[in-house]
Amino acid sequence: MGVPELLTSLRELYPPKRLLTTPAQLTPFESDALTAFRARPEAVVLAETQQEVIDTVRLCHREGVPFVARGSGTSLSGGSLPVEGGIVIALNRLNRVLRLDPEQRIAVVEPGVINDHVTRAAAPHGLYYAPDPSSQSVCTIGGNLAFNSGGAHCLKHGMTSNHVLGIRAVLPDGEVVELGGESTEPVGPDWTGMFCGSEGLFGIALEITLRLVPVAESTHTVLAAYDSLQAAGDAVAQVVASGLLPVAMEIMDALAIEAAEASVKPNYPKGVPVLLIVELEGEREVVDADAARLRAVIEASGATDVTITEKAEERALIWKGRKSAFSAVGWLAPDFLVQDGVVPRSRLGEALGEIDRMSTEAGVRVANVFHAGDGNLHPLILFDGRESDALHHAEELAGDILRLCVRLGGSITGEHGVGVEKRSYLPIMFTEDDMALMRRLRSAVDPRELANRGKMLEPTHTPDPHIDAEDDGPGTSPRAVPSAGAPT
Amino acid sequence: MSLAAGRVEALQDVVRQGPRVLPHGAGTKPALCTPPDDVVALDVSGLSDILEYDPAELTFTALAGTPVAEVTEALAEHGQYLPFDPPLSRAGATLGGVVAAGTSGPNAFRHGGVRDFIIEVRFIDGTGRLVTGGGKVVKNAAGFDLPKLMIGSLGRLGVLVQLSFKVFPRPEATTTLRVDLGSTEAALTTMAALGRGPLDLDALDLEPPGRLILRLGGAKETLPARAARLESLLDAPAEHLDDEADAQEWRQAAELSWAPSGSTLVKVGLTARRIPALEAALAQGGARARYSLAGNLGWLAWPGDRDLAELDGALRALEIAGVVLTGTPGHVLIGRKDGGAFATRVRAALDPQARFLEV
Repeated sequence: MGVPELLTSLRELYPPKRLLTTPAQLTPFESDALTAFRARPEAVVLAETQQEVIDTVRLCHREGVPFVARGSGTSLSGGSLPVEGGIVIALNRLNRVLRLDPEQRIAVVEPGVINDHVTRAAAPHGLYYAPDPSSQSVCTIGGNLAFNSGGAHCLKHGMTSNHVLGIRAVLPDGEVVELGGESTEPVGPDWTGMFCGSEGLFGIALEITLRLVPVAESTHTVLAAYDSLQAAGDAVAQVVASGLLPVAMEIMDALAIEAAEASVKPNYPKGVPVLLIVELEGEREVVDADAARLRAVIEASGATDVTITEKAEERALIWKGRKSAFSAVGWLAPDFLVQDGVVPRSRLGEALGEIDRMSTEAGVRVANVFHAGDGNLHPLILFDGRESDALHHAEELAGDILRLCVRLGGSITGEHGVGVEKRSYLPIMFTEDDMALMRRLRSAVDPRELANRGKMLEPTHTPDPHIDAEDDGPGTSPRAVPSAGAPT
Repeated sequence: MSLAAGRVEALQDVVRQGPRVLPHGAGTKPALCTPPDDVVALDVSGLSDILEYDPAELTFTALAGTPVAEVTEALAEHGQYLPFDPPLSRAGATLGGVVAAGTSGPNAFRHGGVRDFIIEVRFIDGTGRLVTGGGKVVKNAAGFDLPKLMIGSLGRLGVLVQLSFKVFPRPEATTTLRVDLGSTEAALTTMAALGRGPLDLDALDLEPPGRLILRLGGAKETLPARAARLESLLDAPAEHLDDEADAQEWRQAAELSWAPSGSTLVKVGLTARRIPALEAALAQGGARARYSLAGNLGWLAWPGDRDLAELDGALRALEIAGVVLTGTPGHVLIGRKDGGAFATRVRAALDPQARFLEV
């Protein structure tokens, strides 16, 4: 029982081209977008059918070998980090949109379908898939589901789990289950909701029924400049208080603006300290009426410069700048860590002030680009991994920021998930009884911790993935992030 | 120790001591909360209070026994509302009851159901421990999504103690159009077309055979033009309901007061495509129905004197899942079942000593 027996069986299941075992083949799978963590799997299988995934999971269960499901590897929390002594089940080739039903507004897809491709398939029917992580041009629905991914437009549309109606999944022992269905209205316990965001600990989603929404008839995007983060944060609070319901509200600080300008040239106003993006969408008459109210709120909020657009190409450029901000900070520093904490919206100003203070005190630069509308911060902690202790200092600051978020009544992660990176911080949000229940749930579904071991919860089975500081330096280099787009 | 804390501890003791318990709030859905003989009724209605509400935050936290109507009133004072339109709130439904039954009303069409607005849950698990899942912020991906698991948990996965929700600004005004399209087929065609935009409807209901009831909400000055535009998309002249008539229409829909007295109310989750076959089955049983959320949600009024097993069989054949809300206790979930081994294992973790009833 073990890896050699598993490999023998996998050779019967997969042709050589789809069973990777040599070091050169395995290296690309050693980490995901959180490149500070690395682990080499024993093998990678490139599954092409649901049945292959089921068979592989059953073999892993028989041989007691842990497995990690992987889509495009864009996780920023180390969600698809391999387990040493385990295998990776790559799902990119399960990339079929199985059914698109415009009448019922649903799409049934395989887990390796790229987020953007769902929208591409739905577009001819005037529909789209709403959750939009910044990595949407490369990240897969399976990964989105496992980590309950968000995006800039969560403010109105919610996260991935709000758009997943049904799941066919293989549990960690190979049993196949059906959760939910095609209706937006669940009956009985919401098993689908429970499976979403479980970070792969409950098994692998094989077939996913997604809700599609109509493309809005009208969109109105406002770009407002402010002198300080505090002023922009206050403007967000005023928009919320006005009774408007924007689809997105995003803030970028000077460093993030500088990075975006240096990379994708979104043509933001020059030399401004802080930018706020507010977007309205919906029916023409409603957007027109709301736009007038929004203009009044923004004008009264002390904005120093206001740009308004309803043109698709200008809007696309604004969002390109915003969504490329993570990879763009590569222009500012060789390495960065990104945090994803959430604070109550009314405490945004306080949180940003405190992060600024901590950053100055630690002598570590922090760029801020975040989902202000829902209090979801994304401090980008800049450092140079070639300097001794730089990673360590960055990690300390990251930890302090997470503790700050929890102290203010928030969460350690809004949309990136706990993964390997933040699992030691989960207990600061939850009591020992809460943690014990989560471990009991995991254990009831997967007693041997075969599925994505070490993510969200500390593994009780070793070995543990380690931070790879010796081999190639503590690289969280943005250059190593898949070039097609930085995750949210 | 506060009164609520004392009450929670007392509830924990009952769960710990056993034998089996079934929680209830105001009892508006008796089929779900009437315990069999050997099961202890656990009254949660004393746990009633809005603990935190900061209008600027658009979130609130309340004890599970808090009546929905009380929350609605507190939110309305600040121009906010529960966008999932909890049913039976005039009858006294509590927040915990709405979550446990997993019920959303017709106006949930605009922004989503109760599952889309719950953000945090505190409950007593089957070991008697008080546990929390989620958080008091509108976006959160930390830990398993226990708040969603509690949607539709029917008091059988935990005793709900405290809940947090996000809320939205309430539409300044609303207006309703009622149109009779003659047949279910014609109504379904129009319903599907309207569901794909461009108008953002607050509610999209079907009253069989062929009547659609449509609601628009938003800034008052936009409503006349939008209502005219909506009417231009319909194949028949519509009746316009404003002010009290508009309110009345949706009150009776959310209170399910159209259902004949003595009938058994069943909620089903489906898609519009199944409606014709379901209607045929209901006609055989002499039952009535109304559909909300563009046909994703059905409310069935099954004659009280007919065996529910008949409906169970019909729903199974159509692969539709249903939950029985009123009538003689005994049947809970009918029709299609989901969850399989996943459900069994999650239940075992939450309730290892079988203190709660089976789902």
